[in-house]
Amino acid sequence: MSVVEAPVRPAPEAVSFTAAKLPRIAPVLVAVVAIAAAALPVLLLGWGLVAWVVLSALVFLVALPVWAAAVEGRRGATDRLMTGLVWTACAIAIVPLASLLWTVVERGLPAINTTFLTFSMYRTSLDQEVGIYHALIGTLLITLFAAVISVPIGVMAAIYLIEYGKGNRLARWITFLVDVMTGIPSIVAGLFAFALFILILGPSARLGFGGSVALSLLMIPIVVRSTEEMLRLVPDELREASYALGVPKWRTIVKVVLPTALGGIVTGVTLAVARVVGETAPLLLIAGLTTRTNFNVFSDRMTTLPVLIFTQNANPGVAETPGGTPPGIEIAWGGALVLIVIVMVLNLVARIIGRIFAPKTGH
Amino acid sequence: MATTVVAEDAGRAKPRLGDRVFSRLALVAGIAILAALAAVFIFLAIEGVPGLAKPAEFYGSASTFWGYVAPLLFGTVLAAVIALIVAVPLAWGIALVVSHYAPKRIATPIAYLIDLLAAVPSVVFGLWGISVLALQLRPAYAWLDDHMGWLPFFAGPASGTGRTILTAGLVLAIMILPIITAISREVFAQTPRLHEEAALALGATRWEMIRMAVFPYARSGMVSAVMLGLGRALGETMAVAMVLSAGGGISFNLISSSNPASIASNIASNYKEGTPGKIQVLIATGLVLFLVTFLVNFAARWVVQRSERRLAR
Amino acid sequence: MAKSITVDDLDIYYGDFLAVQGVSMTVKARSVTAFIGPSGCGKSTFLRSLNRMHEVIPGARVEGKVMVDGQSLYDSAVDPVAVRRQIGMVFQRPNPFPTMSIYENVLAGNRLNAKKMKKSEADDIVERSLKGANLWNEVKDRLGKPGMGLSGGQQQRLCIARAIAVEPQVLLMDEPCSALDPISTSAIEDLIHELKSDYTIVIVTHNMQQAARVSDETGFFNLKAAGQPGHLVEFNSTQKMFANPDNEATEAYISGRFG
Repeated sequence: MSVVEAPVRPAPEAVSFTAAKLPRIAPVLVAVVAIAAAALPVLLLGWGLVAWVVLSALVFLVALPVWAAAVEGRRGATDRLMTGLVWTACAIAIVPLASLLWTVVERGLPAINTTFLTFSMYRTSLDQEVGIYHALIGTLLITLFAAVISVPIGVMAAIYLIEYGKGNRLARWITFLVDVMTGIPSIVAGLFAFALFILILGPSARLGFGGSVALSLLMIPIVVRSTEEMLRLVPDELREASYALGVPKWRTIVKVVLPTALGGIVTGVTLAVARVVGETAPLLLIAGLTTRTNFNVFSDRMTTLPVLIFTQNANPGVAETPGGTPPGIEIAWGGALVLIVIVMVLNLVARIIGRIFAPKTGH
Repeated sequence: MATTVVAEDAGRAKPRLGDRVFSRLALVAGIAILAALAAVFIFLAIEGVPGLAKPAEFYGSASTFWGYVAPLLFGTVLAAVIALIVAVPLAWGIALVVSHYAPKRIATPIAYLIDLLAAVPSVVFGLWGISVLALQLRPAYAWLDDHMGWLPFFAGPASGTGRTILTAGLVLAIMILPIITAISREVFAQTPRLHEEAALALGATRWEMIRMAVFPYARSGMVSAVMLGLGRALGETMAVAMVLSAGGGISFNLISSSNPASIASNIASNYKEGTPGKIQVLIATGLVLFLVTFLVNFAARWVVQRSERRLAR
Repeated sequence: MAKSITVDDLDIYYGDFLAVQGVSMTVKARSVTAFIGPSGCGKSTFLRSLNRMHEVIPGARVEGKVMVDGQSLYDSAVDPVAVRRQIGMVFQRPNPFPTMSIYENVLAGNRLNAKKMKKSEADDIVERSLKGANLWNEVKDRLGKPGMGLSGGQQQRLCIARAIAVEPQVLLMDEPCSALDPISTSAIEDLIHELKSDYTIVIVTHNMQQAARVSDETGFFNLKAAGQPGHLVEFNSTQKMFANPDNEATEAYISGRFG
């Protein structure tokens, strides 16, 4: 054992725990003062509500740390400044979300009625009613076929990764490239489907199935990731119990592992569907646009809801009354509301399924 | 009872066949993913490579492919960089609120609201961008033009519609906010309690604890979150195609309508009137976009994997 | 100046759950006080309440009094950050900051208050603290290396060096040897003996022999019954506790009849 010098310590007498601190209501106090102070120029110069809020926040973010710096010192001031900043970040992020949801509801709601939901855009004379029925059918079918392609591939690939690959070189590469694949721009997926089908069917190929192919490229990585995660949660004891009974591996997977993880897998698939159902760019390229309702994904153009919103907004037509809203804009907002409702419902369903099945996975 | 049936099954050759078939199927599915990724590259190359060397008239005012794609690439990167500059600090702030500042009963709804943002389709963001955000920003742009005009970014003249690259970048920022927040939130929350307590026990304030224990631990996760956000912003099509009214060439002037479109939005707005030759040019630009985003995502994932290995001691 | 701690009728809650009930004791300055007792009896929780570290856990709160040298820890004017500066803590598992070098780890606490420190001053603190933690000779040639590269026992001594670098009044140790091998444990125990001349040390341990070896006074915590709050059964000089405890339960625990 080494010879140790006794630590020589200057002995500070009477140390205090009561560091000078702002009173607990200091933030509230400063907030009130900041709002009041900001009101002054707002009233004098006739600025709007937004300017008032921004100015109040700025005054608050400066005043509280300055006061803290005077009383608590540098460290306390930094802490208060950062606390203020992170909460401000939260508030800022909520603003566009609230504005967006409000606008969609406010402008979309008037457009929605049974005609809107059950009529297509096809009409033989100008006074006929139009709706988004054809786009709803298109979205439904294309998404359905995308799911039909990606769910088996995604789930089986996840099974390979977890049950068979177990970290070998191929499995590691697949995992890595699946992650990379989540970042493929949707327009690139669309271009791929487009390039593929014009090679096969000629330069004017437009079909719903092409959209499904593009969407499944976007869906597969999400399905693989979520399935993988769920399979990983299945305890090894369950597999071993099944092997111990002499059940072959594939039946163990089908009868024991998959049912245990089913809830999570369904949740993942639902979220993946929710993610691609709002995709526009790939469908714009390969599924095209039509005013009629098309039930056949393997031939002819097929309108989907996002594409309809985009094109209606781009070519809104002329308003019936001067200064009114052009019909295309109304349809676009109505469609946006329907689309958001679909996506939110899918997300909600996914969450509910996830919650119902959660205890089973031992989470 | 059940065990005897199974035991009989196991004795025969059939289940073994089942095993072989099933594992083969799983393997095929795994390889199919690799094949799909390769196919994306191959088909884009088949259709796109001819687009690299077309006669000059296919490239508009530019006379070569690279002259055509350069402003678009610039527009893509500029919009993405604006989005990152705005979104990253916000995302980290929100992630900290959720992981370290807010009590659980407030943190959960905040996290949920941000996830909600991720669920909004991009076309709806685009619609909102033109008809709400762009209009709201017009006075701000006029003000920037008047008072900050000496900065090259705000040289003006301010766009009358508000549909500028800055607006497009802001919409992109809102769109990539959720993904950066989600990943950062996760890595912040994974900071070992031990390290946090070590900092607190030394008398660190909350912010000092975050700087001493949370940030060093989460650094690579934060970097990859930013890069994934970048990848998303580079490839986003509709919001830019709808919001940005493109024109002109390479310019840092953010508030007038003199900026080029992004690669993705250029494809979306021009594919319709395209002749087969023009389409090949567009596909070639898509190939460029694919390679750029692939590299960014590849780098991001590589950083993540490396740090996961480092932390999984 | 090491301080004494007086605890008067302290209750600790997690939300509505009463975890520790009615603890009163006096911890003498410049001595080692050990807490023993079965798992889950609240001794670690109690230890944390002595420098307000329990507040890190959401919903945790205390009722009652803790006085350190005449000052109440739970006064409304008291700043928990200032408290933790004066009352250092060493944890169950060694937790050096993984991204910092040995040198930076020792200085981590000092850097909080003095952003700019003279190089010589910083060197002094590092050397003094590492010597104080019996680690100087082992690491003096690799101060720039990461702290995570040390052995478990060395890491724990590094954590002790980090805690004493800010010159606290009191050092709380929460089972500091539970993750260490016997040789490292004995190194830490030797260190505790030496530190006693400068610091008031409170140590929680699972190991009764350790309590007997290092401490001057011992407190025995126990649960009244399963699901009931933990409480302090007996607080006495270590010698008396292990030779002739006042309480039957203490004797039963120490002689290994339960727990």
